[in-house]
Amino acid sequence: MYTYKGISKERCEYIRRIKRQKTLINVARIAVFAGIAALWEILAALNVIDSFIMSSPSRIAATISGMVSNGLMHHIGVTCLETFIGFLLGTLLGTAIATLLWWNDFASGVMEPILVILNSLPKIALGPVIIIWAGAGMQAIIVVAIAISLIVTVLDMLSGFINTDAEKVRMVRSFGAGKRIIFTKVVFPSNLGTLFTLLKVNIGLSLVGVIAGEFLVSKAGLGYLIVYGGQVFQMDLVMSSVIILAVVAALMYQAVALLEKYANRLLKFSTK
Amino acid sequence: MSSLLRLEGVSKIYQSRNGEIQAIEDVSFSVGEGEYVSIVGPSGCGKSTLLSIIAGLYEPTSGAVYINGTEVSGMSRDIGYMLQNDNLLEWRTIRKNVLLGLEIRRLLTPETIEYADDLLKKYGLYDFKDRYPSQLSGGMRQRAALIRTLAVKPNILLLDEAFSALDYQTRLALTDDVYGILKQEKKTTIMVTHDIPECISMSDRIIVLTKRPAKVKNIHNIEYPEGSRRPLARRNHPDFGRQFNEIWRELDVHV
Repeated sequence: MYTYKGISKERCEYIRRIKRQKTLINVARIAVFAGIAALWEILAALNVIDSFIMSSPSRIAATISGMVSNGLMHHIGVTCLETFIGFLLGTLLGTAIATLLWWNDFASGVMEPILVILNSLPKIALGPVIIIWAGAGMQAIIVVAIAISLIVTVLDMLSGFINTDAEKVRMVRSFGAGKRIIFTKVVFPSNLGTLFTLLKVNIGLSLVGVIAGEFLVSKAGLGYLIVYGGQVFQMDLVMSSVIILAVVAALMYQAVALLEKYANRLLKFSTK
Repeated sequence: MSSLLRLEGVSKIYQSRNGEIQAIEDVSFSVGEGEYVSIVGPSGCGKSTLLSIIAGLYEPTSGAVYINGTEVSGMSRDIGYMLQNDNLLEWRTIRKNVLLGLEIRRLLTPETIEYADDLLKKYGLYDFKDRYPSQLSGGMRQRAALIRTLAVKPNILLLDEAFSALDYQTRLALTDDVYGILKQEKKTTIMVTHDIPECISMSDRIIVLTKRPAKVKNIHNIEYPEGSRRPLARRNHPDFGRQFNEIWRELDVHV
């Protein structure tokens, strides 16, 4: 870009400096990552740490390549599917409930203490109850995932809705807008930012719910692999699953971030 | 001049947990067609409340507001309301913002859209119609807000401190601009402001209110000779200072 004509020398210098800084950060990131892996491998090879308990990068690599032919994709798929459904339903239901509560002051007044209590309750504690109610299997895991993201969504969306710029609401009211139009034209679009922040939070939360659910009751999934590995004392399997899980979580987060970017452009939000 | 808007004995008492507050007491006046009337008063005296009552956003505790002889109840379609902030929606282009009022009132037809486009053209915003509010200057944004209000063809325009969020230079230029637009469109206007020079420079009549509870203290007729009626010209006229002093004394401001 900086070879274009008409750009001053100072500007070229400035752009070059920014680029150099960016490259440096990327190189350092890879170095830190490789350094940790190398140190881990060396310490394991020198028997400073017990590779039976701590595993090692080479053992993890071998385990993962073994897992690929042993249904790894199926396990990843199951976890992703459960997370996605839990995330989607949790967010949709949460937003829907928040909308109803915004609509009706009386209902939100009544529900407030219940929401506050539910919000501070660790939802995992409901695990055994959910398994009995929903039945052992995928449905219970999805319910756990929903339970974890639902209340946060309701509370955050509701507070976003309530704190919508009162002047803007007054402006549409002055044109004769009723509650439905106030919501669709001002309140909801004003809170798309809140919604996307929640999507990012919720993808992480519902993954927590899914893994916890898989710990409790499952026949497949990354959580299942971790628990199974722990039970049969196969730490290579546990470590490999955790690392795959980290990658899956990061990819899901990136997917939501990408979706946000795309949606913003689609909704013609000015990004400047 | 026939009276388009009439207030008769309007009072407003607010109920709150800490008790009752009388905001407005027995206010009566009328506004003729095409007139530009300003309401000034000490800060917190209830001028904005009065405007909200005229708009039908609040109901008066007693008394009534009549437009063309019909009592106002609920949001009136005859009224366009402009607030202190432009309140443009950031996710809509200028054109879509301008069409918002028509959209809400379900009046979007090829004719009304054309009218809105004409207003955009006439007042220098058509080239910016596909831009977003954040890409426009404060003065342009406020002009867009005015066009949004005018697009629904209100008979009466209410301006609630509509210029006070702008910086001083922009405000001077914009009041001149808006005055021209409103006179050209022959709109009846009621403006609430705390800015005395602004109201002298724009109004045909100025209603001075007392401290809370607001009552009508005095009504001034403002007359300027042909050729110096525009706001900026008025500010240079010898009468301007005298009128300022009269109104200033009546407001009885103590810090």
